[in-house]
Amino acid sequence: MFVRGLKRKCFDGEEDIEGTLAGIKAIPSYNLQRQSLLDMSLVKLQLCHMLVEPNLCRSVLIANTVRQIQEEMTQDGTWQMINTQSTGQASLDRLVSTDILCRSSREQAEGKHVPGCSTFNKDFEGDQAQDNSETMSTVSSAQAPRNLQSNVWEMENPQENKGNFQKSLDQIFETLENKSPNSVEDLFSEVDNSYYDLDTMLTGMMSNTKMGHCDGLETFSSPTTTASNSNCKSDLNELDHIVEILVES
Amino acid sequence: SLAGLGNFVQDVLWCFSQVKGTIDIGVAEADIISTVEFNHTGELLATGDKGGRVVIFQREQESKNQPHRRGEYNVYSTFQSHEPEFDYLKSLEIEEKINKIRWLPQQNAAYFLLSTNDKTVKLWKVSERDKRPEGYNLKDEDGRLRDPSMITMLRVPVLRPMDLMVEATPRRVFANAHTYHINSISVNSDYETYMSADDLRINLWNFEITNQSFNIVDIKPANMEELTEVITAAEFHPHHCNTFVYSSSKGTIRLCDMRTSALCDRHAKFFEEPEDPSNRSFFSEIISSISDVKFSHSGRYIMTRDYLTVKVWDLNMENRPIETYQVHDYLRSKLCSLYENDCIFDKFECVWNGSDSVIMTGSYNNFFRMFDRNTKRDVTLEASRENSKPRAILKPRKVCVGGKRRKDEISVDSLDFSKKILHTAWHPAENIIAVAATNNLYIFQDKVN
Repeated sequence: MFVRGLKRKCFDGEEDIEGTLAGIKAIPSYNLQRQSLLDMSLVKLQLCHMLVEPNLCRSVLIANTVRQIQEEMTQDGTWQMINTQSTGQASLDRLVSTDILCRSSREQAEGKHVPGCSTFNKDFEGDQAQDNSETMSTVSSAQAPRNLQSNVWEMENPQENKGNFQKSLDQIFETLENKSPNSVEDLFSEVDNSYYDLDTMLTGMMSNTKMGHCDGLETFSSPTTTASNSNCKSDLNELDHIVEILVES
Repeated sequence: SLAGLGNFVQDVLWCFSQVKGTIDIGVAEADIISTVEFNHTGELLATGDKGGRVVIFQREQESKNQPHRRGEYNVYSTFQSHEPEFDYLKSLEIEEKINKIRWLPQQNAAYFLLSTNDKTVKLWKVSERDKRPEGYNLKDEDGRLRDPSMITMLRVPVLRPMDLMVEATPRRVFANAHTYHINSISVNSDYETYMSADDLRINLWNFEITNQSFNIVDIKPANMEELTEVITAAEFHPHHCNTFVYSSSKGTIRLCDMRTSALCDRHAKFFEEPEDPSNRSFFSEIISSISDVKFSHSGRYIMTRDYLTVKVWDLNMENRPIETYQVHDYLRSKLCSLYENDCIFDKFECVWNGSDSVIMTGSYNNFFRMFDRNTKRDVTLEASRENSKPRAILKPRKVCVGGKRRKDEISVDSLDFSKKILHTAWHPAENIIAVAATNNLYIFQDKVN
């Protein structure tokens, strides 16, 4: 999060870069930028596990972005390459200027050069070099003041360090590919804890209520209750499961 | 003279009126304003903040002696609406931040408003007390009980004037009905019911009943793995008590009629603009996510805000908006950086003026924008302490998007993205606006000649 307006820093030869052949070589390729965006998105999803419940809208939008990237990578065959590549450094170090991604597909076809975004990121990376620890807090700006010890993500993987980050990313890639219970689902399943009034449930009143709501306004007719009941039933199954565990313990 | 105010003539000249809040360099997070709302007459202006407090300002009576001090807003009542809570089942904190405040129309001497955090909606009654009873028989002036055997005569208590006291009392607490975070509340035109919307569900409440609500929209998939879309905002039609709209993270708006079925999962109308395939990028969906939806006062139009634009839709045309206004299109080439620092997820609100002719929304660098729907003119203004002299006319601002920067312009790279105007409000009848800039509330009025 930028506290002040970002001022352009004067890197040597910066003005020379734009438009020259050397400059074009220095701009990372589309694939590299797309990879960087994917890594950044996965980091964002991981950092959602905080003290306060994650913003579901933000999580859904990021997860959809991850899916989009994965689909595109699957289509052009680069998805297979990721699993066979040797493990590299932590993804945060690999964040590169992603200005090509800011362009629409039309602009890319025209080969338009958009200098603004790369400058923006260059300044950001300049700050990044100064203070690496700020990078994490930039990404999770709202949680920056909190003690990183309480970061649930770190607590879940106490031995996680930057070297192991690639490994956990691999796990996420695998699960995304296999479409088996994956990190995205885990993320949502945490939010999905239906809360119930356990007392009400244990005394057998749940069959008459819908997850704590009552369809008590009798002026509304019944035809649609079947839809709501099916939701109720799947939640009730989860609830039975929870009760089983509680009762057995 | 109007020279120097820009290349176009404004019909309305906006002037600084007041600013509330401190000028401290370090802003306490609890003081960040999270919602602003005028009541139906404009007499009261309420703000909610991240610390769970509600502050209500009241407009003072206009004085003939000081006509240019047109009704200033002064603090009327302050109270703690919500407290932080802990959900033990999920081991998560429930923030006390006030997400929305909505006023009820005034029906007696007291004022009523709804305030909500992520989980709980509360109905508050704000009333004045300027008399107190004296002369009780069974207790003395300090409230201590008197010995009945010492009472030799009866008297009738009388009401004596006292200093005006404004008290806020919670009259209803509507809790335990939302698994997900509440983003909207909306009072129905029948004044008997209201709705609360979270990410996946919308509930209908009766004001008198707190222990049950009726679920009218549920978009939660059976398998959460399949979740790709959430509800972002919802509002009742201003006149038709059976009609409401809700917006989604995929840029769609659904209009529902509660008369057709109890569970309004089938929409009556579906508003979506077809995507321009040549403009597609990885960020297309995120920037199409609607952060706010508002009916016009007339009820004929709805306005939506997504990350870069404000759109006006005619209720009778579902396939595209009738008007689209660019709020800050220069950010289009910065989307990757704004994604990185999470600014792309900022939820800007939008408001109509009283006559539905002008719409307003916020931006970054404490800028806010107004669009005149009739003249098609727009203006960018800034809420800042530098422009805070009484009745100082606000100078239009301009962002330079490339090439030579003129003297008064600001370049895109110099914008301060931590200074965002997410919440604004427009007086229902007059040209008075309230703009929340982090922990400060600015009030601007049009120039009085």
